[in-house]
Amino acid sequence: MKRPPIFGLMAEFDSPTELALAARKAYEEGYRRLDAYSPFPIEEVSEAIGFGHSRVPLVVLVGGLLGGIGGYLMQYWISALNYPINVAGRPLNSWPAFIVVTFEMTILGAALFAVFGMLALNRLPMPYHPVFNVERFAFASKDRFFLCIYADDRKFDRAQTEKFLAGLNPKNVSEVPH
Amino acid sequence: MAEDPTGQAPRTGRPPVIAPGYTFATVTDKISAIVLSRRTSMGWIVGFGVGFILTMVLLLAVSYLLVKGVGIWGIDIPVAWGFAIVNFVWWIGIGHAGTLISAILLLLNQPWRNSINRFAEAMTLFAVMCAGMFPLLHLGRPWLFYWLFPYPNTMQVWPQFRSPLVWDVFAVSTYFTVSLLFWFVGLIPDLGTLRDRAHSRFARAAYGFLAMGWRGSARHWKNYESAYLLLAGLATPLVVSVHTVVSFDFAISIVPGWHTTIFPPYFVAGAIYSGFAMVLVIAIPIRKYYGLGDMITMRHLDNSAKIMLVTGLIVAYGYLIEGFMTWYKSEDFDFFMMKNRLMGPYAPLYWALIFCNILAPQVLWSRRVRQSVGALFTISIVVLIGMWLERFVIVITSLHRDFLTSSWGMYYPTRWDWLTFWGTVGFFGMSMYLFIRFLPMISIFEMRTLLPEAEVEAEAK
Repeated sequence: MKRPPIFGLMAEFDSPTELALAARKAYEEGYRRLDAYSPFPIEEVSEAIGFGHSRVPLVVLVGGLLGGIGGYLMQYWISALNYPINVAGRPLNSWPAFIVVTFEMTILGAALFAVFGMLALNRLPMPYHPVFNVERFAFASKDRFFLCIYADDRKFDRAQTEKFLAGLNPKNVSEVPH
Repeated sequence: MAEDPTGQAPRTGRPPVIAPGYTFATVTDKISAIVLSRRTSMGWIVGFGVGFILTMVLLLAVSYLLVKGVGIWGIDIPVAWGFAIVNFVWWIGIGHAGTLISAILLLLNQPWRNSINRFAEAMTLFAVMCAGMFPLLHLGRPWLFYWLFPYPNTMQVWPQFRSPLVWDVFAVSTYFTVSLLFWFVGLIPDLGTLRDRAHSRFARAAYGFLAMGWRGSARHWKNYESAYLLLAGLATPLVVSVHTVVSFDFAISIVPGWHTTIFPPYFVAGAIYSGFAMVLVIAIPIRKYYGLGDMITMRHLDNSAKIMLVTGLIVAYGYLIEGFMTWYKSEDFDFFMMKNRLMGPYAPLYWALIFCNILAPQVLWSRRVRQSVGALFTISIVVLIGMWLERFVIVITSLHRDFLTSSWGMYYPTRWDWLTFWGTVGFFGMSMYLFIRFLPMISIFEMRTLLPEAEVEAEAK
């Protein structure tokens, strides 16, 4: 696919309600390559742009299982196989004594996967992103709300989309250069 | 605009969690200005300076320890644990309130936590750092601390996984790692805010580097919220487990005064008790000197005081059960331990701890006391002292009268014990000062969600 001449178009809104409404309308209009930006999480907005499910919980489950199973097997291998110490014939695989470390490793695995999984799914760290080329975008981390439709959307048309965004009653619409 | 975002003030008459009249912009400006544009005050420089000097004292004490060995401390047989373990347990307990506030209160949907969780988490991190130093220095050869971890080595030996001391290594290091991750994840959106607000090139670059390109996209937020909630869910059992494992260090042994099943719950309650005392000791000056009374309101102080009261009563119950079990067990060594604790050479410390932890905090039943900032500050200091004394009594009185009379001894801390202890207090203070100067001490994005204008109106749902 040819690279479009601009990254997309961005509309600025005043309130979370306006952003949620605009995001919904854009999705209903058939736009799929779009994103919304807000200074705090808004459940309605991510649903409106069709991003209802996060894969983070699955990643965390995998991390927890790996940590827990790995933690137990490590202790089993060390205490029963690699370096068994016979203390008056007591069992080598003394599982009750291994629970604490297994538990801690479960939490550690799940937490590491939660954080790094979240960052990976969000494609962070990302040193450069075109949306920052819009000067007003600095307010997205303060008190403004933005909706951006990417130029690589199949329905994207420079004039049509701009007209559509202008019809959503935004503060302004601006072009996002690459 | 509604009087109170939680909608509770009109009905209950309680003060709101954030004063009315704030908007997204003013909340952002107020908190970020402390970091970005406010002049560094004389008070900050003096406070930081004191912390810095004490940190240098700590370095001195540790250097001397590395040169001479643990003999410079008051420890000996029979009291081989001494200050190092007392301070370890005390510091790590203080950390617990931060995790309780950030994780458990988040899961319980207590929005008032949003203005105190950030610095409480920072407090946790610094307290765990202080705590971690003690057992390491107490090792005797601290530079070999990594022997505690299971790594393949040329000696072909492994840690003993049936020992509570190895459990403790895993518990504390996991606790520190998870607390650090939780705290940093909470900071990412606010670092983005600081990046966009900062004027100096260096600040923009530094905050921008740490924010990692955060842009507040709806997809980001969705994954972020999911990860944040799950981390809270993971940190909740963790916070309960850490002090439980610390108490196993004692309870798994057969020393009279340590070998008891009440230890895990009573240690956890005591940890939260001292932790909230430290939260108040930090929050009260911060809200005064940085004018944050609108965000850290009387309601926060009142709630923290109530949690202190409850956990303090659980601790009192723990003392009671310790006494009851001694009587119920009817063992000579246990009887002697309790008699020695109540009337032996360290008895004044025991009665001081009863006063500090049980008697004095009962004034918190009074609403007037809970509304008085000065009284809360004083009580918190008293509780911190009391909880330190508790650990001293547990560690020292149980050890100094050994099973055989010929092995009895006394424990007196040396000047190096004291310098190390006050050194960690200084390190903790210095780190807190640096934190409030360079990072937003209140979570900005979570404060925005508390505002009435953050509600999405029904038409957009």
